[in-house]
Amino acid sequence: MTSATLAPPIADGTAVRARGLTLSYDGRRVVEHLDLDVPAGRITVVVGPNGCGKSTLLRGLSRLLHPIEGSIHLASDGARDDVWSLRPKEFARRVALLPQSPPVPEGITVVDLVGRGRHPHHTLVRRWSEADDEAVARAMRATGTLELAERPVDELSGGQRQRVWIALTLAQETDVVLLDEPTTYLDLAHQIDVLDLLRDLNRSRGTTVVMVLHDLNLAARYADHVLALRDGRLVGSGAPADLVDEEFVARVFGLGSRVIADPVTGSPLVVPTSTHHQCGATS
Amino acid sequence: MNADVLTPSGAVADPRAVAAEESDDLARVVRARRRPARRVHLVIAALAVAALAAVLVRVLLGDYVVALTDLLLILRGETPPDAPGASFIVMEAKLPRALLGLLAGLAFGAAGAMFQTTLRNPLASPDIIGISLGASAAAVIALTLLDAQGLWLPAAALLGAVAVSLLMYAVGRGTTLAGQRMVLVGIGVAALLSSVIQFVMTRTSIQDAQAALVWLTGSLARATWPVIGLLSAAVLVLAPLLAVCARWMRLAELGDELSTTLGAPAGRARLGLVVAVALAAVATSATGPIAFVAFLAGPIARRLCGGRPSLWAAALVGAVVVVLSDFAGDYLIPAVNLPVGVVTGALGAPLMLAVVVTADRAGKA
Repeated sequence: MTSATLAPPIADGTAVRARGLTLSYDGRRVVEHLDLDVPAGRITVVVGPNGCGKSTLLRGLSRLLHPIEGSIHLASDGARDDVWSLRPKEFARRVALLPQSPPVPEGITVVDLVGRGRHPHHTLVRRWSEADDEAVARAMRATGTLELAERPVDELSGGQRQRVWIALTLAQETDVVLLDEPTTYLDLAHQIDVLDLLRDLNRSRGTTVVMVLHDLNLAARYADHVLALRDGRLVGSGAPADLVDEEFVARVFGLGSRVIADPVTGSPLVVPTSTHHQCGATS
Repeated sequence: MNADVLTPSGAVADPRAVAAEESDDLARVVRARRRPARRVHLVIAALAVAALAAVLVRVLLGDYVVALTDLLLILRGETPPDAPGASFIVMEAKLPRALLGLLAGLAFGAAGAMFQTTLRNPLASPDIIGISLGASAAAVIALTLLDAQGLWLPAAALLGAVAVSLLMYAVGRGTTLAGQRMVLVGIGVAALLSSVIQFVMTRTSIQDAQAALVWLTGSLARATWPVIGLLSAAVLVLAPLLAVCARWMRLAELGDELSTTLGAPAGRARLGLVVAVALAAVATSATGPIAFVAFLAGPIARRLCGGRPSLWAAALVGAVVVVLSDFAGDYLIPAVNLPVGVVTGALGAPLMLAVVVTADRAGKA
């Protein structure tokens, strides 16, 4: 593994830095020689067509997948060593992941599920303490799940459940949180609800958020920084307003579109064209 | 909707009000966490009492009733003056049988719950996924083809169980679907091994076949002090290891991905299964496979504990079930001695249906 020190160390506001990252999944190279910087304290959204390697990239960043080549460094430990040199719990105190749809343990209550996020802070000797209760209370307060504390998780609605999972990753108290499509299986109102929550948490706690989103418009609305992937390569990165235009949508998704200003936020809004609805045909 | 549970953030200015609110939240979290935990502790205590009571019933009652005072005398090595024969019956028959049932029940119950919880599958208990059958096949082969006697029989059974679990571990290694694969391979191996057992049975003498059948049913009749000594040593060594692994088990419940990113790589969580295999294997080698105990102890304990799995509660449920079933098998039908495996099998099948039906209903709710 490359463990060469980055010089200068990540002091330029980068939380996670990957260099030459190559990841393979089921024997297939999915991500090839990727260089990327995740800005600290901002929301970074990874976008791209199906099978472009978005989720694989997130698996690589969260150490679920060992890279074939390349390195990942974290600013939180001074970017000294590659993340793979950290012990599992050390890494778990720095980076949290919310997978796409984790199984809910049978009969577990909300407070117990959120408490599982404290595992990286425990040792064989040091078990549950008041500091853990405090962290759980903070996470549940921030996600508005305190009222649900004693409820079994399997009785909750999809939107409530997603808040509880987010509370679990917050209880882990990392400064980087990765989320794999946190809005899947949610209706539009709850998608907005979850994304608003993540933005609030990012603004109030300064947590670095990296998430994969399918919906390019929601990505453009909530991201500070967009990473666009196609065929496992980085084909664009930057602020949505600078990045997302018609040429970008054509290049990344192979889709014809008009890009207008979102009437609510002013962020780029992609309106796809199709063979039935040709660009400008109706106006 | 979620809007009603949203808490306003940063709206409160007064620092004392903020502090009060924070300690309110903390109290709420502590309360919510402790209430179910207290229930589990109570259930475990009650089950421990029940297990002790079951052992006492097994030792004191039955065809030959022993007074409690006489039992205490016998345990101190004295001979009760009014019942001179009691000492022999208690020390050579009743007590070993009760203790073997207790230990085997604890081991089966804990092993079953560990498997079911770690692999997140109620079918994944050692008696369904071939580990008990591995022990059985090895024991039957040793019994009929090699004429194994005494402690060689449990040794062969142990070997068989370990071989099956190594095979399952090998196919599950390094895949994201390890849990499902282990269960499916286990069920396949179980089917294969039953045909091996049947093949051996058809080729052997009628006496050997009968001895093998008794072993296959699961019985406490072979309770001897050396077997009990070995089994209790194994339980004493493995129980603390199981307690350590239970922490990883609780993470394994969240799936391989979260378990890994919370600092317990999925492979490590499955380490607990090695301990569970060892427990199931030593218990099976001592008693033969006792039907349904490993499979049902977990779900019963879970029901008692209000929905949460508890290894200790499952172990104690296993112990109570085995000891009482053995007692029932001896005395329920006059003049017929049923092996404990027959009783648990007869009890287990309807209970299993009940578990499946209610689990389905809960899933839909």
